[in-house]
Amino acid sequence: MPVYVKDSEKCVGCLICIFACGRAHQAVGLESSCIKVRSQGGISRGFSVWVCRGCEDPPCARACPEDALLVRKNGGVLLNESKCTGCGYCIKACVLDAIGWNSLTNKPVICIQCGECAKNCPYKVMEFKRK
Amino acid sequence: MIKTDPLKRILYIDLTKKKFWVEERPDLFEKFLGGTGVAIALLQENCSSDTDPFSPENPIIFAVGPLNGLFPIASKTVAMFKSPHTGNLGESHAGGRSAIAIRMAGYGAIVIKGKSERPCYISIHGDKVFFRDATTLWGLEESAGRIIRTREPGAGLRTIMRIGPAGEKLVSFACVTLETYRHFGRLGLGTVFGSKNLKALLVSGKRDLSVTDFKEYKNLYSLLLRELSESEKMKKYHELGTPANVLPLSFSKGIPIKNLRTNELLGIENISGEVFAQKHLGRRVACCHCPVACIHLAALRKPYEDEPYFYRTVYLSYDYELIYALGSMLGITSSEDILKLIEVVEDMGLDAISTGVVLAWVTEAFEKGIISEKQTEGIIPEWGNLNAYVEIVRKIVYGESEFYKDIARGVDHASSKYGGKDFALTYGKNEMPGYHTGYGAHIGYLFGARHSHLDSAGYAIDKEAMTKHFTAEQIVEKILNEEQWRQILSSLVICFFGREIYTPEIVLKSLKLAGYELDESNLRKIAQDIYAEKYRFKIKSGFNFDSLNLPRRVFELPSSNGQINEDFARRCIEILKIKIRDLL
Repeated sequence: MPVYVKDSEKCVGCLICIFACGRAHQAVGLESSCIKVRSQGGISRGFSVWVCRGCEDPPCARACPEDALLVRKNGGVLLNESKCTGCGYCIKACVLDAIGWNSLTNKPVICIQCGECAKNCPYKVMEFKRK
Repeated sequence: MIKTDPLKRILYIDLTKKKFWVEERPDLFEKFLGGTGVAIALLQENCSSDTDPFSPENPIIFAVGPLNGLFPIASKTVAMFKSPHTGNLGESHAGGRSAIAIRMAGYGAIVIKGKSERPCYISIHGDKVFFRDATTLWGLEESAGRIIRTREPGAGLRTIMRIGPAGEKLVSFACVTLETYRHFGRLGLGTVFGSKNLKALLVSGKRDLSVTDFKEYKNLYSLLLRELSESEKMKKYHELGTPANVLPLSFSKGIPIKNLRTNELLGIENISGEVFAQKHLGRRVACCHCPVACIHLAALRKPYEDEPYFYRTVYLSYDYELIYALGSMLGITSSEDILKLIEVVEDMGLDAISTGVVLAWVTEAFEKGIISEKQTEGIIPEWGNLNAYVEIVRKIVYGESEFYKDIARGVDHASSKYGGKDFALTYGKNEMPGYHTGYGAHIGYLFGARHSHLDSAGYAIDKEAMTKHFTAEQIVEKILNEEQWRQILSSLVICFFGREIYTPEIVLKSLKLAGYELDESNLRKIAQDIYAEKYRFKIKSGFNFDSLNLPRRVFELPSSNGQINEDFARRCIEILKIKIRDLL
């Protein structure tokens, strides 16, 4: 679990992490991000952060009918884009809602376990530990 | 500007015909960058000099700029319209998620015209625009945002702008609230929404943008993020937030008290930023793409009077301007009472600054016998009396009597009718912001294109003037320079709190990555053009240099820079008139 949410009560909802995730995917903006931040039913109640925990036995990989998601040695998955048909089963399989969707390529945005979200968070809501 | 950048796309929405279309205007975004620059150009195109602010022809324009979505603290949206409060240029800025949502939906600007037959709200999801029925939401005091948010997609990446009862009832200083805690506060954008039967506007979208050099972009981004998070320059916004100013300004006699009748307020230390943080600060939140999190939310715990062991906790955002307008200006020295007044102002959807100044004027007019219980319907306004003020605020919105309808048009209108002009604290018909710091502040409000403290930050000039002598020429120069430079920031659109980080050098570097090859002299020229364009609109709409005066009261009470001298002020005014006329 390289990135874990330490204390979402400290999240201010600035979405700096989402932009950081985009940059980690070589993009500027929100389309190529997989991390999500949502208010808990109104901003006064604070925010929830949804980020890939790098499962060692990832349900997303098991759900992929094309074997496009390769399980990484230390948890998490790698996307083989040439195999991916854009069916979206991986997204449904992830209970953390930690897979993004790029509607231009029509393919999932998969966490690359880089920790940029945590490293960019100004309030240390998340922590990154390399295994 | 990068060729593929969707910034050039302007979404037009016609509420009468329930139609929408997109026009590509790279010319506007090349010439005026975005934000306030493009908004004033669009206002010129879409609003004639005789357009009635309450009529369907009055356009609502939202504009963002090339740096929104690219760099941190470029987090603001500019709204432009003809103000129903002043009858002249209406401009207001807000953050929340609006700027990123509009940019990510793929637009540089949105222009809303016409009037819906029935109450409606607009939902923009990327390329799709939906006109939704809002008849059931009309008249509801509870946030329409709460209801809309459960019915619409885009959670996490959307903005929901909505009006309250004040906008529906056409109070001329109604605001638009977004993300519960941010506002297009000043000059009555909420009223324009109301006049169009437009309850709310939701925008959502998701996309990637382009930069000219990705590696450079990442480097500059990291530098800016670090500066914004760690620099001393940002510290006050991080920690106590803008209420950090309450104590220093009360020491220097710069915070207006009781309609500027005195500069002593016993117990003012009880409404300081420190006290608010200690007693009430419950959570801090940020606008989208800003690491600063200057939004301070107070948790106010309120018992149910009829039911023991039942409490409700409401979260209210507080800032310096609210503590001034709904606190010191009204002689209120209890932080709880200020929060209770903020709550009703939020529920009604009013501009907090104008509301506070209206209440202050009413209190003094009542004391002086200009108005009586007959007008107020038995309510006795008096300094520090929360309950009376809460009642008056509700009557500003719901009152049926002539008097309440009059004060619902602001201090300028009320004092023109009932008298009390000498203590009517308005500038270009807009109520006074919270700085009685000296010439910079007052002359800045008078000549600022939107008569706001944020036009030229005159209080900062006044702070300098406390230790250094300035001539009238120098003060005018500083006001003009600052206001013109701010046209650039608000065209990009960068929050003014980041102004010390976004120096001209940084702005040029960021713009280069957004595909704009400019140098500093180009920037200064664009700034001047935008500023002049605003003044052209103002003059066309009836703004008259020769009727400009500071309120009498300003000269009667010493400021942070001592007594304000009428001749010196007059001299500043004369120089400014000439300088601005020269620009046109």
